[in-house]
Amino acid sequence: MGKENATWREATIAGLVLEPGCTAEYNTGTWRVLRPVHDMSKCTHCLICWVYCPDAAIIVEDGRWVRFDYYHCKGCGICANECPVKVEAHEHTGKAGKVIQMVEEKVQETCEK
Amino acid sequence: MALEGAHASAQAMRQINPDVVAAYPITPQTAVVQTFSQYVADGEVDTEFIAVESEHAAMSACIGAAAAGGRVMTATSANGLALMWEELYIAASLRLPIVMTVVNRALSAPLNIHCDHSDSMGARDAGWIQLYSETGQEAYDNTIQAMRIAEHPDLLLPVMVMQDGFITGHAVELVEVADDTAVREFIGTYTPKYSLLDIDHPITFGAWDLWDYYFEHKRQQTDALSKAMKVIVDVGQEFGKTFGRTYGIFDPYAMDDAELAIIVLSSTAGTARTVVRELRKKGLKIGLLKLRVFRPFPAQELVAALKDVKAVAVLDRSISFGAMEGAGPVFLEVCAALFAAGAAQKVVNYIYGLGGRDVLPEYIERVASDLREIAETGKVKTLVNYLGLRE
Repeated sequence: MGKENATWREATIAGLVLEPGCTAEYNTGTWRVLRPVHDMSKCTHCLICWVYCPDAAIIVEDGRWVRFDYYHCKGCGICANECPVKVEAHEHTGKAGKVIQMVEEKVQETCEK
Repeated sequence: MALEGAHASAQAMRQINPDVVAAYPITPQTAVVQTFSQYVADGEVDTEFIAVESEHAAMSACIGAAAAGGRVMTATSANGLALMWEELYIAASLRLPIVMTVVNRALSAPLNIHCDHSDSMGARDAGWIQLYSETGQEAYDNTIQAMRIAEHPDLLLPVMVMQDGFITGHAVELVEVADDTAVREFIGTYTPKYSLLDIDHPITFGAWDLWDYYFEHKRQQTDALSKAMKVIVDVGQEFGKTFGRTYGIFDPYAMDDAELAIIVLSSTAGTARTVVRELRKKGLKIGLLKLRVFRPFPAQELVAALKDVKAVAVLDRSISFGAMEGAGPVFLEVCAALFAAGAAQKVVNYIYGLGGRDVLPEYIERVASDLREIAETGKVKTLVNYLGLRE
């Protein structure tokens, strides 16, 4: 988009984006209401969540679950729904359920580095 | 050449030889695309003709082709134009210089295939430049000029060129068709500033543009339209030097010392001019302003042209439903222009010719006699009147 806070005289014509790019550069995780949390100690790394995530927001390295990309996760909850591994007490929520659980998003935690 | 108005438009398209034409036939435009697709089939043009399933798809394909850097044209009418509605805005907002022939026709319902201006007037706020043509010759000339206007680097805006459905669209007239080479030289080659196919400079068309930039881009767009009038006049003069027929914002007739004036678009200007000529012989100081450019609206130029006139009648071939007393769109613009300039002329509106109803000379005579009365009394009895309506 060129210059930050461009005036109408400075903005690119018709809002064209004149440099190459992809959606990885756009922070699209800002409107999430629920966030998924993950219990690494009990994860089997089956990667079902990675398969089902519609936004490539689950980062996998060397065949192992690494982290959520909260800059792009929209909080749809599909990963939590599809996660097949049950836990007695989740590391973060303390609740019984699955390895991935949805919790309320806190404004100050919108994006986690 | 003896040509129907629609064929005159198709001839212009043949000579322009656009890269892409995507169109869907709809009466009374069908003759344009049918003739043009014959040129494609006969190899007379290099155009990629995209047969689509609707006008919505036609304009979408035109937008894609124009974003890819092509010189793109299409044609439509009436409900077909209405079906393009959202795409019209996208073409203008992406600043794609598409040229479209519109053979004006009434909108349903009730179903009607004959001439009025409801279709293009419905599209008047989409950000397209609008030129209206009185004859097949003007439809031809305007189409060629439209390409130059649209592609002007200050504008990069789509242009629609109107002519009256059936009245000129299907009527055979003598049309002077210029030499192919002369037209090609006049329009020149088109080098798009931005193109999706320029792989060395990858760009994104139509990205998200929320509260943070949309407003700025709309302001840019209205600024581009504000520069259009000069370009239209310049191209019209250059066209005159090359082809002998000069075009401006409007075509004044007997306006020099006129005290009364009639404003009208397209083919009815011919009828009105004949009546004005006869009334002039009888000593009535009446003139005619045939408006060629409706978008952008030439407010300042009209105010200047009408400054010595006492009373003005605006003829509208469509209704702006729900507007002040159900007036027509041209009238409303003229009123706004005069009011904003603090002008004191009396203005009166006549709705005429809806759905192809004939416009007879006696209707224009009635307008003239009303105008005389308004000028004498300084009073407008009825703001919005109807010509040829059974009352």
